[in-house]
Amino acid sequence: MSAHENEEKMILDVNNLHASVEGSPILKGLNLSVKPGEVHAIMGPNGSGKSTFANVLAGREDYTVDSGSVSYSGLDLLDLDPEERACEGIFLAFQYPVSIPGISNAYFLRSALNAVRRYREESEVDAVDFLQLVREKMKLVGMDEKLLQRSVNDGFSGGEKKRNEILQMAVLDPKLAILDETDSGLDIDALRIVAEGVNALRGGDRAFIVVTHYQRLLDYIVPDHVHVLSEGQIVRSGDKTLAHELEREGYSWLESGHAREKTQEAS
Amino acid sequence: MSEAEELQKLADKEYEFGFVTDVESDSLPPGLDEDTIREIVRRKGEPDWLLEYRLKAFRHWQTMEDPAWAKVNKNVVNYQDLIYYSAPKPKKQLESLDEVDPELLETFEKLGISLEEQKRLSNVAVDAVFDSVSVATTFSDKLAELGIIFCSFSEAVKEHPELIRKYLGSVVPYTDNFYSALNSAVFSDGSFCYIPKGVACPMELSTYFRINAAGTGQFERTLIVADEGSTVSYLEGCTAPMRDENQLHAAVVELVALEEATIKYSTVQNWYPGDADGVGGIYNFVTKRGLCKGDRSKISWTQVETGSAITWKYPSCILQGDDSIGEFYSVALTNNFQQADTGTKMVHLGKRTKSTIISKGISAGKGQNTYRGLVDIKKGAEDARNFSQCDSMLLGDRCGAHTFPYVEVRNPSAKVEHEATTSKIGEDQIFYCNQRGISTEDAVSMIVNGFCKEVFSELPMEFAVEAQKLLAVSLEGSVG
Ligand SMILES: Nc1ncnc2c1ncn2[C@@H]1O[C@H](COP(=O)(O)OP(=O)(O)O)[C@@H](O)[C@H]1O
Ligand SMILES: [Mg+2]
Repeated sequence: MSAHENEEKMILDVNNLHASVEGSPILKGLNLSVKPGEVHAIMGPNGSGKSTFANVLAGREDYTVDSGSVSYSGLDLLDLDPEERACEGIFLAFQYPVSIPGISNAYFLRSALNAVRRYREESEVDAVDFLQLVREKMKLVGMDEKLLQRSVNDGFSGGEKKRNEILQMAVLDPKLAILDETDSGLDIDALRIVAEGVNALRGGDRAFIVVTHYQRLLDYIVPDHVHVLSEGQIVRSGDKTLAHELEREGYSWLESGHAREKTQEAS
Repeated sequence: MSEAEELQKLADKEYEFGFVTDVESDSLPPGLDEDTIREIVRRKGEPDWLLEYRLKAFRHWQTMEDPAWAKVNKNVVNYQDLIYYSAPKPKKQLESLDEVDPELLETFEKLGISLEEQKRLSNVAVDAVFDSVSVATTFSDKLAELGIIFCSFSEAVKEHPELIRKYLGSVVPYTDNFYSALNSAVFSDGSFCYIPKGVACPMELSTYFRINAAGTGQFERTLIVADEGSTVSYLEGCTAPMRDENQLHAAVVELVALEEATIKYSTVQNWYPGDADGVGGIYNFVTKRGLCKGDRSKISWTQVETGSAITWKYPSCILQGDDSIGEFYSVALTNNFQQADTGTKMVHLGKRTKSTIISKGISAGKGQNTYRGLVDIKKGAEDARNFSQCDSMLLGDRCGAHTFPYVEVRNPSAKVEHEATTSKIGEDQIFYCNQRGISTEDAVSMIVNGFCKEVFSELPMEFAVEAQKLLAVSLEGSVG
């Protein structure tokens, strides 16, 4: 297969990405290729740069890209504003979703949907059609309809916030969804519900990058590929069994100096 | 483009209502002395008792000094340079809207207040005040069938002198402050409204104020009397052309609620705020006060203040009747070099009187926003209650928010609660919106609207929508 053909098939192609926060380098040469329909898990110890990577993909301003390239669906991703990336189909489910007091969840989500639709030159949805759509999607994540009239994430429990992120994802229908520690702060039942919601959205060309510290989420959302991020680089890649291995061994082996070798083996 | 640049870029959005109407005006020369007042009275054909009232106020005003206590920087107003009376010609008595100068109708049309439309469609009666005089009052006849009086102040002086003599200055005496004294001396027009016993006014009553002529001060007077068991909802809106001098607007509004009457007074103030460098703009120095005279009466002030170079106003309630209720809901936004020093006074006299204060201050650019409030529980106010909440939001780091909540309690049974917060609009909130496809501009206006929700929900529906739009326009380019 030629390199060109290979590129054609990628929804995301991250090449030697270096990024820093407030002057200190965090990502130090990250490479990752994702094909349509694939689910990639990114694991790694706290502070290894997982959230940084997710935020760089979403275009957060505090993160500076120092070098490298990211192509997304044939576009130069780094050239786009955060809202353009969102409208082009990138969705980030936040590790810590913020609240917006005084703005109802329903109003917020409809504004978002219509912003995306305007960008795509589609007609806006009215309140009635929107309600129908959102009700259907709420079933996916087992969310109480009362949450629609509450202010965005305001006073939501940890589980409600995470479900709300998945609901937004379901409504906005992204091409590439990035989930940042969607399992954190969830008990096992909530975790299962959220995972089922995600699984229901799998299929077709939609790709996922699932960022997690723990393996347990991956029992429910079974990945096609697993990568280990350490000190801003992917040091090891494998299939779903790698996650189990990490569960047994923890991340302490990263310090043993074999990390780089293992990556070579795996690829 | 960075978020900061993006926001800055939007800064140059112009004031939408800054046009000047080309009508011939019949104006007095600038300057103020007793002869000016006599001339105003002569032109308006006012009775002697009103001349006496004006002269007393004028003499008192001359003994007073321009106040300097508010937290604002202002240019010295030279009162001898102002024009105290300006009326669009022709100045004959109008019999119907059809006789109003088409230029004027067009002006109000441009402002979104279609007086022609009002005749047929909407459920809002409007009194339109252009510079010093009222040019049209709609729906007067229909209201008259219910015994409701809604007319210009000048007309009320002629047609209902007994009511005017009884209530003029009864809530805001001319001795109250520098600007109320000046207003009492030179006020030229305004609105008068009387709701008879037991009548619930079936439509919103509204006054629209427009300053047009250069170098004019606007000194209007509003008096609303709600007789026993009546209810009325009143809305006031204002705009002015863009001029690089500071124009003075010093109004007095008096509300009287008798037993079990309810008055809801809403203001959307959008006077010209000055340009982005702080040149020009209206000085909005207004005295607004309501008297809950009867038991179980209620007065509710809701204001959305987005305009003016400087705003000084403290819509207040004197809770005299037992079980009377006073409310103050306020959104004040300052951008560029705007300054607002606003708040309320709740004076509790009657037993079991209750007051609520919700104030939302938004500062952007180099705007300075001050909440100044007084909760005054007098000795006889057994079991009085007050709840105050003052929230400030800062957009950027060159603006300021200040809160001065004064409380005086002379009755130990009182319960007074005060909450205050100051927050900065969060970059994480904006990014969250961006990540969902929402532009920064829309995100800022959404977040600010959310912040103001408790106040907007007090406004009549259509004005709430207006207020939200106005806020979005006033905010453009505000975060730096
Ligand atoms: N906004 C920030 N300001 C300063 N340092 C940051 C910021 N965000 C992340 N970092 C630093 O970057 C490194 C990686 O953080 P992060 O990407 O959150 O890791 P992970 O999600 O893998 O736990 C950490 O050392 C963290 O302290
Ligand atoms: Mg993280």
